[in-house]
Amino acid sequence: MIQSTKPFVSRGGTELRLEGVTKLYAGTAAVDRLDLTVAQGEFVTLLGASGSGKTTTLMMLAGFTQADSGRISIGGRDVTALPPGKRNLGVVFQNYSLFPHLTVAQNLAFPLEMRKLGRAEIKDAVLRALEIVHLPDKAERYPRELSGGQQQRVALARAIIFHPQALLMDEPLGALDKNLREHMQIEIKRLHASLGATIVFVTHDQEEALTMSNRVAVMDNGKIAQIASPRAIYEEPLNRFVASFIGQSNFLPGKVLGGRGDGFVVQLTTGDKLNCRGPHQPAPGDEVLAVVRPEHIAVYREAQIDGHRKTISGKVVDTLYLGHTIKLEVCLADGTRLMTQSTSAALDGVVPPPGSAVQLDLGSRSIWCIPAVEEAK
Amino acid sequence: MILSRKAVGPWLLLTPALLFLCIFFVYPLCNMLARSAFDPAPTLRHYTRLINEPAYLRVLLTTFEISLSVTLSALVIGYPLAYFLSQLKLRTANFLMVLVIVPYFTSVLVRTYAWMVLLGTEGILNQVLLGLGLVTRPLAIMFSRTSVVIGMTYILLPYMVLALYSVMRGIDTHLLHAAESLGAGRIRAFWRVFVPLSMPGVAAGGLLVAILSIGFFITPALMGNQQDSMISMLIEAQVETYFDWGFASALASILLACTLLLFLAYDRMVGLNRLFEAKQ
Ligand SMILES: Nc1ncnc2c1ncn2[C@@H]1O[C@H](COP(=O)(O)OP(=O)(O)OP(=O)(O)O)[C@@H](O)[C@H]1O
Ligand SMILES: [Mg+2]
Repeated sequence: MIQSTKPFVSRGGTELRLEGVTKLYAGTAAVDRLDLTVAQGEFVTLLGASGSGKTTTLMMLAGFTQADSGRISIGGRDVTALPPGKRNLGVVFQNYSLFPHLTVAQNLAFPLEMRKLGRAEIKDAVLRALEIVHLPDKAERYPRELSGGQQQRVALARAIIFHPQALLMDEPLGALDKNLREHMQIEIKRLHASLGATIVFVTHDQEEALTMSNRVAVMDNGKIAQIASPRAIYEEPLNRFVASFIGQSNFLPGKVLGGRGDGFVVQLTTGDKLNCRGPHQPAPGDEVLAVVRPEHIAVYREAQIDGHRKTISGKVVDTLYLGHTIKLEVCLADGTRLMTQSTSAALDGVVPPPGSAVQLDLGSRSIWCIPAVEEAK
Repeated sequence: MILSRKAVGPWLLLTPALLFLCIFFVYPLCNMLARSAFDPAPTLRHYTRLINEPAYLRVLLTTFEISLSVTLSALVIGYPLAYFLSQLKLRTANFLMVLVIVPYFTSVLVRTYAWMVLLGTEGILNQVLLGLGLVTRPLAIMFSRTSVVIGMTYILLPYMVLALYSVMRGIDTHLLHAAESLGAGRIRAFWRVFVPLSMPGVAAGGLLVAILSIGFFITPALMGNQQDSMISMLIEAQVETYFDWGFASALASILLACTLLLFLAYDRMVGLNRLFEAKQ
């Protein structure tokens, strides 16, 4: 493969910024006073359920949808009123949107022709772009003669060939099967690393969001519920929505007793005391919810208890045997139900029968807590 | 061989239609083809006469010219209209489409007379032009090639609009967005993406209008003149005035052949099944 010398997307990309952007459809907000800043060269993913406003946000950035209020800027320049063609952003649409009446080479040449480049220059750039996406022999094919993954790569090549300031991708991998999807995830990450492009990526696949991004913005009802690194999104969710949207979470209610070191101590309604930390230091007496992932709970059957560990007791309500893992639904002393997920090995391959007593070990690290009552935004 | 009732049933239902077609269409058609070559004895006289007489060739040429003018006018008027309709919400577009199609249900004769009233020397158009002082004498639009083209274009326009509209509806608006995001302005996106993608509609509408206009009779007969006679008018004259059934049949056979050629082109480029589909 020929190594390209000139970067495709302006190196380092450009900062994108949305400030208080709102879009109303028939009176309801599809995007609601949204603030989002994507730094130069950053890979930000918009993750959210269907209808949460991901596409609307992206289309306002691209310029196809006009915001009802708020400000959009690219590289510090206000583009709120600029038409899409003048924003110099590479857009990859969910359905690729390759021009069916043009060959692959003509598709790639299109944005360059619009910029009135010379023929020789265009030819060079097309060849180079095709090499970047590993399709050098497909130049003369029509889009319908390519597989889904190949079309996807052509769409990607077409979006970067004109050195856009940033790349916007709306569920670009949504239509691909699992293998191809994983392959393309790696390609896009590679492209991001080698081009240093600013990328806004939309998906509703959590794993894809967590593996690919520098930061993930979890969207809920036209708002960003949390924007943070993949690790923080998973380990330190800001609110109940994020905690249950990303993976699974148990919520154990409790009251703050007082501060301790970096964190604080919480007494659960079961009476057990836990070392906790949270998004901010709560005052004693505050109601909180301890966020506990099913896979972070070590489960011991009565027979396994050695008495040294500090554990919470519970009763098995329901069981699910999956071979390598065993899932249990456990009822605590205060009636709270929680889910656990252990490896079969940790339970010695024995599924505790419903009704039997188990001990739950939440580990030695401090438990993440969120306020029980979320302040209205 | 004894056919079961089941196999015979559907054919029995078709009998009236088949009988009707055989008596009133297939038989006269064969008769006409036969007359063009066997009137009164086996001969190619009628065809050689057509080739040797420049006046008749001119009629053929005029027919093609008018047909082409009508097709182009219908395209020029129909394309923007179909584009406009294709960009509307489906409900609104459907409603407006009904307005485009309604003239279908009125007799061609009535619509032709309407144009005669509009375009005549004493017609509304001339009255308005005279009244505004834009012309000093009434324009002689009626009984010219212009009036024929205007009348036929009006009558055939719905076919063009329908053919264009159905193709334009199917064009993915994302493609135009994509073109814009790649740096094309709205106008260039239209010319570089929308127009090429609408070409199947142009081919379908164009051939359809050409096929229909090549054999048109009432409008050119009422609104045209002798110099711009179309082939259908010549055929009528041969039968009505000269009782030359042989020559009339030869002319009709030529018209039939031309029409079939256009149909063939249509089938090649568009597919005949598109003509019969009730698809939107
Ligand atoms: N053109 C439109 N007209 C009316 N409502 C719209 C329009 N586009 C989007 N909406 C509404 O705005 C909300 C957000 O839509 P959006 O397409 O941004 O969601 P999304 O997060 O991209 O969802 P998905 O994952 O299904 O693509 C939805 O409730 C949707 O119904
Ligand atoms: Mg979407």
